[in-house]
Amino acid sequence: MNHVRRFLATPEGMAGGLLLLGFLLVALSAPFFFPRDPLSIAGPALLRPFQDWSLPLGTDRLGRDVLAGIFHGARTSLAVSLAAASASIAVGAIVGTLAGFAGGAVDEVLMRVTDAFQTVPGFLLALAFVSVVGPSLGVVVAAIALSAWTGPARIARAEVLSIRERDYVASARVAGMHPLEIAFREILPNALPPVLALASVIVAQAILVEAALSFLGLGDPNRVTWGGMIAEGRAVLRSAPFLSIIPGIALVLTVLGVYLAGEGAVEASAARRSLA
Amino acid sequence: MKRALLLLRRRLIGSIPVLLIVIVGTFLLLEAAPGDAVDAYVVSTGGDAGMIEALRQRWGLDQSPMTRLATYLWALLHFDLGHSVTFSRPILDVILERLPNTLLLMGSATALSFGLGSALGIVAGAKPGSFRDRFLSIGSLALYAVPGFWLGLVLTVVFSVQLRWFPISGIETIASGKTGLDRALDIGRHLVLPVAALGFIYLALYLRMMRAGMAEAWRQDFVLAAKARGIARPRIVLRHVARNALLPLVTMLGLQSAQMLGGSVVIETVFSVPGLGRLAQEAVASRDTPLLLGIILVSAVLVILINLIVDILYAFLDPRVGASEAAA
Repeated sequence: MNHVRRFLATPEGMAGGLLLLGFLLVALSAPFFFPRDPLSIAGPALLRPFQDWSLPLGTDRLGRDVLAGIFHGARTSLAVSLAAASASIAVGAIVGTLAGFAGGAVDEVLMRVTDAFQTVPGFLLALAFVSVVGPSLGVVVAAIALSAWTGPARIARAEVLSIRERDYVASARVAGMHPLEIAFREILPNALPPVLALASVIVAQAILVEAALSFLGLGDPNRVTWGGMIAEGRAVLRSAPFLSIIPGIALVLTVLGVYLAGEGAVEASAARRSLA
Repeated sequence: MKRALLLLRRRLIGSIPVLLIVIVGTFLLLEAAPGDAVDAYVVSTGGDAGMIEALRQRWGLDQSPMTRLATYLWALLHFDLGHSVTFSRPILDVILERLPNTLLLMGSATALSFGLGSALGIVAGAKPGSFRDRFLSIGSLALYAVPGFWLGLVLTVVFSVQLRWFPISGIETIASGKTGLDRALDIGRHLVLPVAALGFIYLALYLRMMRAGMAEAWRQDFVLAAKARGIARPRIVLRHVARNALLPLVTMLGLQSAQMLGGSVVIETVFSVPGLGRLAQEAVASRDTPLLLGIILVSAVLVILINLIVDILYAFLDPRVGASEAAA
């Protein structure tokens, strides 16, 4: 409980925590408040916000409820960013552990592959992957993970290199444990904390990349996405700018919440260290 | 000079395997794409089964994947990226035509985020923990949370639609017949909003890095020594603290280049700037996979080159870099 209290004691943690809580509530309550398909027509087209209280944020060109879109879009953002961040951290941790633990040629090859992935602009890679395989939720997740696993891999490798020489690893070796077992049961769990510290940045980037892909028309066509809503509104940017601006504000608040929460967590753990 | 040349040679050799992996990767993606070059060609021209077979043979597409990879590599060695069906021109020509616009956009945006970011970072880092510092740190984080394409749209609504200060899209006024300085000013006016949209987002990185470096430098003994000698505070901030924090930012310039290139895809799309990023979007829209992969290859080469330039710049700025190799 102390962790949470220390986290909330920092202004960043408090603000980020509140923003994320709001985001989670919106995402999870979407089917409860808006049980209808958010892609269905709900009223007259291009209704401005705050005119009709049954459609508080107005409607788009096809008469779809903007507020329902925001709620259901939050679900897509949440699902994609969590899945992509978990996948990239898992892949990065495994690759980094293998490279750091095996050393030699394996390390060389894995690190050159990591270099190659970092040389190609991540967003272009994601774009190419989705456009070749075809847009669906799973493919978007894979595309984001493909461009985000290199950071965790590098950090995991650096951690493993420093852990590899510790006594408990040596004793596991003497006890006759299989090298792979040592790598994944003794070393990887201890190398994870610094990798997980990257989580907030990866989640935030995943939300932004998903939004950008959907904006370019490469999101899952059967789901509402904030990026897709912004792209939709772009056609009527002069007459109804609110259609593009509202989902953008939702995006900024969410990503900012993730960053602030990350800052708060870093400060809280620094505070704990200075106490100890 | 010798130091820089040695560094250059080592980096060039080191980038060969990386580039090879990128090439194999793009080849695999090309293979995974549904349909091949012949299908794409026939869709646009029409043709019967016999002609399709003949074309496949002539373009070597009936060979095994290994042979095709070898052919692909051989072609790349001759700077042949293949043929774009959408533009019915060689891919490299299309890319090289668009590249200058992207470089202009990226260069200006980098200058903006580096210049303004490090300047604000000095303001924040001059007194770590002060209100000014917290305000700038959180404010820049908020800016970093903004999606580039959305910032572009908001800037368009405010400055092009409402205030009419800047043109909505394009890189210059079409068929204006402007030349020389007039044309440069015209392009500049068109680039203000895209550069702002791309540059402001990455400003936070430089600001925060500068600030963190300065907070670190304040704790160093040489700063204490400078204070003890009675040097005026502004001079300590600029000459002793900021100067030491500036060097890592130069490395960041290279690391950021890949992200900037990715960011320029959406910015160029929003503002219809005919650059590499917009070309990538056009390639996606017209399902021109070879063109898209050509863009990826050229971007990878570009990122390698930018990092090379940054490394050499760094070697000039910091005499310790590469000194051991030059001595050996």
